[in-house]
Amino acid sequence: MKPTFILRRGLHVGLLCLAVFALLGAGDESARFNSLGHKLMCVCGCNQILLECNHVGCTYSDRMRGELIAGLDRGENDDLTLQDFVQKYGPTVLAAPTATGFNRVAWVMPFLALVLGLTTTIFIVLAWRKRPALAAPGGVLPVSGMDLERFRTQARKDTEG
Amino acid sequence: MSQIGSFALLLALALSAYSFLAGALALARPGPGSERLGETARRAGIATFALVFLAAVVLVTSAFQDDFSIAYIYHHSNRDLPAPYKFATLWSGQEGSLLFWSLLLGAYGLVLRLRHRTDTRLFAHSSVIIAGVQIFFLLLLNFAAHPFALMTGTLPADGAGLNPLLQYPEMVIHPPMLYLGYVGFTIPFAFALGALIMRYPGEKWIRITRRWTMVTWAFLTCGVFLGAHWAYSVLGWGGYWGWDPVENASLMPWLTGTAFLHSVMMQEKRGMLKMWNMWLIFATFWLAILGTFLTRSGIISSVHAFAQSSIGGWFKWFLLITLATFTFFFFKNNSHLRSEHKLESLISRESSFLFNNLLLLLACFTVLWGTWFPLISEYVQGNKVTVGPPFYNKVAIPVALLLLLLTAVGPLLAWRKTSLESLKRNFMWPALGALAVGVLMIALGVRPWNDIAYFYALMAAMLAALVGLTVLSEFIRGGRVISRHTGQNLLASMVHLWHRNTRRYGGYIVHFGVAVVIIGILGTPFNQDKEKEMGYGDKMTIGPYTLVCESYTQDDNANYSNEWAIINVFKGDKQITTMYPERRFYKASQQPQTLPRIRSTVKEDLYLTYEGLNETTGRPIIKAHLNPLVMWIWVGVLIMIGGTVLGLIPNAAPVRVAAPARIEPAPAGAGD
Repeated sequence: MKPTFILRRGLHVGLLCLAVFALLGAGDESARFNSLGHKLMCVCGCNQILLECNHVGCTYSDRMRGELIAGLDRGENDDLTLQDFVQKYGPTVLAAPTATGFNRVAWVMPFLALVLGLTTTIFIVLAWRKRPALAAPGGVLPVSGMDLERFRTQARKDTEG
Repeated sequence: MSQIGSFALLLALALSAYSFLAGALALARPGPGSERLGETARRAGIATFALVFLAAVVLVTSAFQDDFSIAYIYHHSNRDLPAPYKFATLWSGQEGSLLFWSLLLGAYGLVLRLRHRTDTRLFAHSSVIIAGVQIFFLLLLNFAAHPFALMTGTLPADGAGLNPLLQYPEMVIHPPMLYLGYVGFTIPFAFALGALIMRYPGEKWIRITRRWTMVTWAFLTCGVFLGAHWAYSVLGWGGYWGWDPVENASLMPWLTGTAFLHSVMMQEKRGMLKMWNMWLIFATFWLAILGTFLTRSGIISSVHAFAQSSIGGWFKWFLLITLATFTFFFFKNNSHLRSEHKLESLISRESSFLFNNLLLLLACFTVLWGTWFPLISEYVQGNKVTVGPPFYNKVAIPVALLLLLLTAVGPLLAWRKTSLESLKRNFMWPALGALAVGVLMIALGVRPWNDIAYFYALMAAMLAALVGLTVLSEFIRGGRVISRHTGQNLLASMVHLWHRNTRRYGGYIVHFGVAVVIIGILGTPFNQDKEKEMGYGDKMTIGPYTLVCESYTQDDNANYSNEWAIINVFKGDKQITTMYPERRFYKASQQPQTLPRIRSTVKEDLYLTYEGLNETTGRPIIKAHLNPLVMWIWVGVLIMIGGTVLGLIPNAAPVRVAAPARIEPAPAGAGD
């Protein structure tokens, strides 16, 4: 059996399984509390995510968790709930910068760096590839003695070290 | 005692200044007598180590003698502190840890100066540079953060005690490992700058540097993960990595150091990336110092940071001076660093290393950016923002996945050129295996379309499988070729294979370790936790475990008072263990601490914390976490360290044999 045939069959089987299991997804009610609780920081000074603060005697995290549950019970959407916290505790209560105003720069820069880096790397790779090869004029010359030993050393370096 | 320490530090500063000046003079003006002058500089460097060592011994002895006339001992120790933590006092505070830094730098310098015959001139240059860095730390110790400063007024009867978070066995080894990593990067930097100053011809210096970098990298890896393990075992929030600025500070030089360890091969084998490697070494050293600046200046808030102090300004100047010095010599002396070779194919080991470097540096930039953005925001908008785990998870994880893909593909690519046919042939079985892992995970209930975290987990699992299978296939393929020639069994052949090229196969083992670590990390989205007030006989169920509170009690000793619960753990009807989550209250420091208890298995960790007593009912509140696959992280790290050690062992001598009449095909994917 040809390797390409096996590879193609493998891909078919994989895609079929993905399609079958795609229909089996189900939602989770507590996921929202969990998701929002991980977007907020505890403000007691422990520098931890709200749902992960276990600071002994923390006077904030229990109250904040209660406020989060109350916000969800009021039927507020996620943005409004988070906004309530920002109003009460300031912008540092959010565990990550918002995607608005200057804060957008925080999100854009890494991707900008990726694009710039990729472009530069591709440019370098193409430029290096275009450099002319160092070929002996008039074709391949027979080598012997010191040259042969040098080439052998180079080949060993290329394949071993 | 304190006078001995103070005098030793002052003398060490004078000697390191002599080592720097005399060494520099001997190198700058070669002539009669310069060799002897250089030798005195080398010996002064060795003597500096002896004096800093003496100062460290004095500080530790003072801790053991409860000499609270020394302010540092008063603030970081107390009479009832157990002996190992009295020893750890050396690196528990600002001044002591700077002394420890200086001590390690002296020790690295000692090794380098004793091995100076390897390449006398290069080592002499490096020795001078190390002396320059040592001067900075000794200036700090003598004038800004003096570890032997004395208490004023009436002497206290007892010390303020060590921070409870540091009273954990791992804290006796985590900081030394981390510091060995941080400080160790001074040596590659010294070699690089030395080579730049002397326009070092050839690649010998890079081979010397590479070994030092591997050792340092292994220490830093060990330190970073010991820190993660300490956080997991002590902080009690159930996680091991919180993207805290101090954690980030340790990750940045690790990332650039990793990039260097890959790109250095391009220089050794193809004479490429010479300038790039210079900057990578410098960036790694610089980021190690920058991290120290971040944690000690107080400009960034962190649970791990030292208290705000005046030494931030010193670090700022040092960072600027090193940057200016390196930049000056780079632009003055870079003519000998031009690349010698061209790229023959896009599908080659060279290309993969270029992209590997891009991604590692991008990851480093992301971490640096995230760490500094709160300050940038404050400067621009007038208010700070938090850059926490949600930011890094969104930005860094895709980069990490791409890196993992390259880790899998890279070893299959040959130097210069790889044919698509051979790539397909070598890649097919690992790719099918990775696909099977993906299908299996979906079958087990992972729904990548429900949550981005599950999608990442699925991708990470498939790519980790790809890396693992690629490494395995490389070993098996090479082992089979050797087995055919020697008649050894496959396992012996694979050992033989490794011994013929330890760096290459050691590197593969490190890659395998990375894959195992990733498997451990991908369990995170599936973490569960529950919290319950538990009286006698109360039950709580989490995952397959039922926790029954047998009792709760308290105790008292000289160092701390404590409360703990006795929790019987059942799986089905069978009791599998008893766990004792605990909370302590340290008397000297007047600080509480939770001590989680962890039951680790290959499948998952059951992690219990004693959150405190309900003041109304008097019953303990227990929080249980079920964290899948965490053990894989620690096992993966051991594999990584093991791989690095195996990579450091010299190759077996090549055996010359007569060429066979018929040439056997070489193992595919040949090349480092």
